[in-house]
Order: sequence, then structure tokens, then C-alpha cells
Amino acid sequence: MLLIKCPWCGERDESEFSYGGEGGLSRPENPDALSDEQWADYLFMRKNPRGQHHELWNHARGCRRWFNVERDTETYGIASSYPINSKQ
Amino acid sequence: MKKYSAFSLLRHAASYNRNWEQAWRSPQPKRKYDVIIVGGGGHGLATAYYLAKEHGIRNVAVLEKGWIGGGNTGRNTTIVRSNYLWTEASLLYEKSMKLWEGLSQDLNYNVMFSQRGVYNLGHSLQDMRDIERRVSANRLNGIDAEIVGPEEIKAAIPCINTSKDARYPILGASLQRRAGVARHDAVAWGFARAADAYGVDIIQQCEVTGLNRSGGRITGVQTTRGSIEADKVGAVVAGNASVLASMAELRLPIESHPLQAFVSEPLKPVLDTVVMSGAVHGYVSQSDKGELVIGAGIDSYTGYGQRGSFQTIEHAMQAMIELFPSFSRVRMLRLWGGIVDVSPDACPIISKTPVEGLYFNCGWGTGGFKATPGSGWAFAHTIAQNDPHELNAPFDLRRFSSGALIDEHGAAAVAH
Repeated sequence: MLLIKCPWCGERDESEFSYGGEGGLSRPENPDALSDEQWADYLFMRKNPRGQHHELWNHARGCRRWFNVERDTETYGIASSYPINSKQ
Repeated sequence: MKKYSAFSLLRHAASYNRNWEQAWRSPQPKRKYDVIIVGGGGHGLATAYYLAKEHGIRNVAVLEKGWIGGGNTGRNTTIVRSNYLWTEASLLYEKSMKLWEGLSQDLNYNVMFSQRGVYNLGHSLQDMRDIERRVSANRLNGIDAEIVGPEEIKAAIPCINTSKDARYPILGASLQRRAGVARHDAVAWGFARAADAYGVDIIQQCEVTGLNRSGGRITGVQTTRGSIEADKVGAVVAGNASVLASMAELRLPIESHPLQAFVSEPLKPVLDTVVMSGAVHGYVSQSDKGELVIGAGIDSYTGYGQRGSFQTIEHAMQAMIELFPSFSRVRMLRLWGGIVDVSPDACPIISKTPVEGLYFNCGWGTGGFKATPGSGWAFAHTIAQNDPHELNAPFDLRRFSSGALIDEHGAAAVAH
């Protein structure tokens, strides 16, 4: 089980959290202006890297806040976690 | 290839089984192949086999970074079924089922395909409505399916808890009698041996590190054993699909998750069929050795570590013990994880790509084993003809921009 550091509540067991997938995705400002391929890229295509991954977690059974995590998808080691609107 | 038969068993017994020939060669890579298949799992080996058998393309190499069948092919819970909801998916899986039914004879290798039936349990009124819908859809597509009630389930599986006050009450199930299990290692070995007999080179411990391209066309691969040229390259690398795609600057709608399974100590025969429950994230069968083979749901996070979190195992185990109270004192022996390539609609991608001559077969997620022969058959057609077969045409990568998704989450998402 992962030990995840919520920026607000400190280190807690993974079972308190929900996974939010790849971080840093922002909804395009004007979807109508996009081609189908560009929209599909935003909606479905993912980096899914083997190694460092910027992702979102939600402290669902705690403070219920979203935050960023930098995690290695091969070792599962967590390098850092930081609030949603800050840069690392 | 010398044919395996009852006679060959007797003949080799007379020489104390010391003279069996190697099942497949371990050749050095050639400079150039017509087709290179990246990934020596069941799907990759099946692709090579059907390329040679159905399309006469025999100058083929299968490149495997580890050992054949050492990835998800050796890590699944061996369940084979074809009771999918949507026509596109059910026809593809049914093609596979038909190939399974003749596979041991076709490969001259006993894959121990056992059609012992698969029960998909329903625990709520909505589960039962979904089951009725799926069973009806299956029948319309010519796939055997029936609905059974709690009494029939109890009669067939005496150790299951069908009492009304159970934590997960069993209201009924869908039953596909032609479904069952196969021995996963034998599937990899059987395809490897049969493909090798056609002249396919199976090259193990050869990891692909780059895809060579020129003018929008694939020209070969770079590997840990040097550069190899190829006219066409087919990638069938399951959890590593995104990693391989990134070598050609392609993006895939895939997320790789750990999926865990475990086996118990061997028991006397207690369960002669397969029981799955999507609602409680667990599925169980008993192997020929007597072990209970139990699968869990995927871990929520992405990962390439071939291991997951204990809470996921605990979750599956809790459900199993509720369904089968007599399993509560059985000890678990081994536990492992595989990396599954989950697509947004829980359906595979068997497709050409924007790079000419590069093909991808991925996105099988948690349910690829059952499709092994059909996946290889359809992928071989796609590579050989440079065009998908009508069975896999709906599974094109472009469906994510056209919007023609095949939403199998309801029928397939968890329980495989």
C-alpha cells in the first residue's frame, strides 16, 4: 500500500485516497474550435509514462481536497506532493 | 517439427524421455525480416503463427525482452469466454472462442482447454437486468448464454453461499457453458512451437529500444541485440504499449495499471467451474493442480511495477470469503501482478497507425487472455493485408476521434 502525503493532512494510507489520473491536463478554452483529433487528444490520449509521472490524487476519506503528486510508476516511489494550484 | 502423439509418448518413454527435440529454436536475429512482432506473449506468438499459416508470411521474427509467456500470458487467471454485450466485441471474442475449440489439434499441443462453464453472478436487481440484456444480446449474436437462478447455482456449486442474508446475495447468474479455462503457459509454448515450425524466429531476451522510421514509414527496430530491418512492425506489448508508441511519437488512449491475482495451496476438487462477480471485483476457479486461482480488480493508480497494493487483494479476498465461506481457512501460496493496458472503452485496439507499416495491438486491459488466438488471427490479417479484417475494423485507433467507441465497461470492466 502506498503511503501518500496529503499537503493538508500529512502522510496517510493509500486507502484514504482516490486516484485522479494524469495531472496538468486543462480543458481547452474553446472546444468548438478544435478538430476531432485535437479533442480526442485532450479527452483520451495519455502520456502513461514508465518512470516519473505527474498525477492527481484526492484525499477522499479525509479532507476531500485534490492535490498533485510526482510518483515513479516503476518503483512507485513518491518524490513529492503539493497543493493543486502551486508549482511543486 | 516432430508431431506429438500417443505413439511418440510411448516411443520416448522407451528411451527414458531423453531424446525429445527442442520445441523451438533460439536463433540469432537476421539482418532483415518481412515482419517483426514486438512482444512474445500469447498474442504476439499467435500473430506470428497466423501470419505464417493463413498468409504465407514466414520471414517473421518475434522479439521478446524477457522470456516468452513471462508477461501477462503467464499472469492471468486463464478464463476464456465470449459473452460480451456489444456485437462488435462479441463477434471478435466468439471468433477467438471458435479457434480455442480446435486449438490443441491445430497446434498439435495440448493447451488443456476445458469448457467447464463460466457463471457471472448478479447481486442486485440491476445486475439481473443487465444480465438479461447481455444474455439476450449474446443469443442474438449466436453465442450460447443462459440465465440461471440461485437454486440451479447452488446445485451446480454446493460450496457457494446463496442464503438471502449473505453480504452479497446471489439473485442469479449468466452461464456460458462453452466458456472455461485453458493452461496459459501451454498456449504460449504451443503457439511458439507451431510458429517456429513454419520458420518464424523467436528471439528472447531482445528488448526493443527504438523504432526506425524514414519518411513516415517504419524501416526497422533498434534492440539490445542490435538493429534489425523490417518492412512491417507489429507491436503487441500489453502494458508497455504507451512506452513503445512514444518511440514513434505516437500517443495512445491507454493507461497501464497493475492487476493482481493469487493462488491457494492445492485442495481436493471443490469447484469444477468458473465463478465471476463483477460487482464484488473477484473471480475464482480451481486449477488442475487443485489450487484456487483468484483474480482481483485493477489497482486504481497507473504502474509498471508488476505488483499492486494489499488493499486490492484484501478487497477481492473479502468478497471471495463472503461468496464461499468454506474458503476462509484456505491459505494463499503465491501472489503476483501483471501490467494491463486499459483503454477508455474497455475494448482493444487492433489497428494501423499514422506511421506506415507500424501496427498496434493493445488495450486488451484486464481481459486479453481469452482473446489470444482471435487477437493473433485478426492482427495477422491486419498486418498481412495492410487493412483490418471486418471483425477488427471497429477496433481502429481512429474510433477515439470519430466517437464510435464500443462501451464494454458494463459487461467487461472488472470481471475477466
